[in-house]
Amino acid sequence: MKIYVPGDSGALALGADRVAAAVEIEATRKGIRADLVRNGSRGLYWLEPMMEMETEEGRVAYGSVSPRDVAPIFDLGKSHPRFLGRAEEIPYLKNQQRLTFSRSGITVPLSIEDYIANEGFSGLVNALKMTGAAIVSAVTESGLRGRGGAAFPTGIKWKTVLEAESDLKYVVCNADEGDSGTFSDRMVMENDPFMLMEGMIIAGLATGASYGYIYVRSEYPHACSTLLEAAEILEKAGYLGESVLDSDKSFHIEVRRAAGSYVCGEETAMLESMEGRRGIVRAKPPLPAISGLFGKPTVINNVISFSAVPFILANGAEAYRNYGTGRSRGTLPIQLAGNVKHGGLIERAFGVTLNELIYEYGGGTASGRPVRAVQVGGPLGAYIPESLFDTQLDYEAFIKIGGTLGHGGIVVFDDSVDMMEQARYAMEFCAIESCGKCTPCRIGSVRGMEVIDGIASGSQQIGLLRDLCDTMLNGSLCAMGGMTPYPVLSALNHFPEDFAERRKK
Amino acid sequence: MAHDLEGMVSHILEEMHALQGAMLPILHAIQDSIGYVPEEAVPLVAKGLNVSRAEVHGVLTFYRHFRRTPPGKHVLQICCAESCQAMGANRLAEHAKKALGCDFHELSRDGLFSLEPVYCLGQCATSPAVMIDGEVHARMNPEKLDRLLEGTES
Repeated sequence: MKIYVPGDSGALALGADRVAAAVEIEATRKGIRADLVRNGSRGLYWLEPMMEMETEEGRVAYGSVSPRDVAPIFDLGKSHPRFLGRAEEIPYLKNQQRLTFSRSGITVPLSIEDYIANEGFSGLVNALKMTGAAIVSAVTESGLRGRGGAAFPTGIKWKTVLEAESDLKYVVCNADEGDSGTFSDRMVMENDPFMLMEGMIIAGLATGASYGYIYVRSEYPHACSTLLEAAEILEKAGYLGESVLDSDKSFHIEVRRAAGSYVCGEETAMLESMEGRRGIVRAKPPLPAISGLFGKPTVINNVISFSAVPFILANGAEAYRNYGTGRSRGTLPIQLAGNVKHGGLIERAFGVTLNELIYEYGGGTASGRPVRAVQVGGPLGAYIPESLFDTQLDYEAFIKIGGTLGHGGIVVFDDSVDMMEQARYAMEFCAIESCGKCTPCRIGSVRGMEVIDGIASGSQQIGLLRDLCDTMLNGSLCAMGGMTPYPVLSALNHFPEDFAERRKK
Repeated sequence: MAHDLEGMVSHILEEMHALQGAMLPILHAIQDSIGYVPEEAVPLVAKGLNVSRAEVHGVLTFYRHFRRTPPGKHVLQICCAESCQAMGANRLAEHAKKALGCDFHELSRDGLFSLEPVYCLGQCATSPAVMIDGEVHARMNPEKLDRLLEGTES
């Protein structure tokens, strides 16, 4: 009998290894031949560690399993209170549209056999029969836009690199997922690393690049080691190397560890870091697509953008484009986090509303208190009040309400949150993480903290704070300083009652 | 020690100096083997990569991941980003500081733990999260943290 206990770090953080050990002990004690499989996570983190058993009805799940639940689960089976029925039928999962995360939790992350048995590499096989230009136009027609936050059309970026003339071109995967409230990149890297690498190989075929780097956060040790192993496996299996699947195309992937700097998620700071320098933002132009890593034309995309590509090449641009709304095509892996009852990964087509996500999937706050605000899109995203929860997830709709979709993270706060504190934290975070190249970001963020402290001690400086935000918004070199005003201004606009003098503690 | 360090760094340089953009991989390798990047390593790396000492120093001090002093036997990192804040990370951090008798970026009273803030461990669906010696723990609270520290002390 196959028994699945995820090896994803999110499951491990909740004790999955102890559950796995209990499964082995219990199976031995009962004399059952149990085949313990360490699959990935399905992303239903509120139910992790989620143990699954193979039965005649398919894989049935047990949620939030602790080691001491294991023996009674063996005895009681379906009548155990942790029994959830068939994993795919859990409403949270069933009501999703998983294109990119279709394998996560189902397969063993480093099993090529599992990957291929679940549509893996069919995109690459198709791409190998196409010209670079044809691959680029498929990606363009799919409507895919950069999932890292900037939402720039991926196909147009690739076209620029394809048309740039150079003996050497690079593909760089930005896996420096530093936004609080986001974990979809981590999930891909830990649970379906071949998909990311397949996407990068396809990007190489499309643009004529033969070398790829993955710049991955040092805060993700599990993801780092999975990627290193995955690259080795693909090399041995002939997917990476001098001849990709016996074709005349070569592609190599090297994994590079970042070193804990948030601003290195900005693409030009990342390039500086990869070249061995401090992560200082470069002025654009030149665009990295023309002169990027080591001065060569470089495709830079986020993990999720690359990961969307195999599906597009396997099933056609139309199949991807048919999901979504307006100019936001395809699906977005949404990460529900913070003070929420049912936190996890929800992949849905664009167009789903915040209300559906927070209440229908999320079940409201974990604390049971009313939701006061959600921050969408990481530390540089706006705080959104309940009155705007009918907003659809769509790049343009979020710009309209003064926010950003960013990387699709939603952090929920209950009514105990102090929005002036959150605004101050946004400035503080910017002060800590600023690369220091431009003044509005480096000095503006420190002034921002001082001005907010001033408001807390009774001086009337709201106008000054708005002025300062205006300077940062319009005068910063990159999104670090340029978007720090989003959380600050949104807190100020939607929760002005919090910006008042504080009694001394 | 000084001799050992030289040997270790030159071994690392030999293996890695040909990498494109070798600086970060080399500093990582040094820290991976002894837990930090000592001052004495700076001129060695500079020489090996044919850059100035200032260049190496600049990189070393820019990135939070790199330590310039030896860490405690264990490293406790507490996530202080928004998602964890929404679930009581600030209270958890205060508790850890009190329990260990030190502030962030310091060694605990008994010298066993380095206490560090971290901005996101990617466990935001089950906040707050901490990491001890590379092992992640989620849905943390002060009581659980105490038990965890007790189990780690040795």
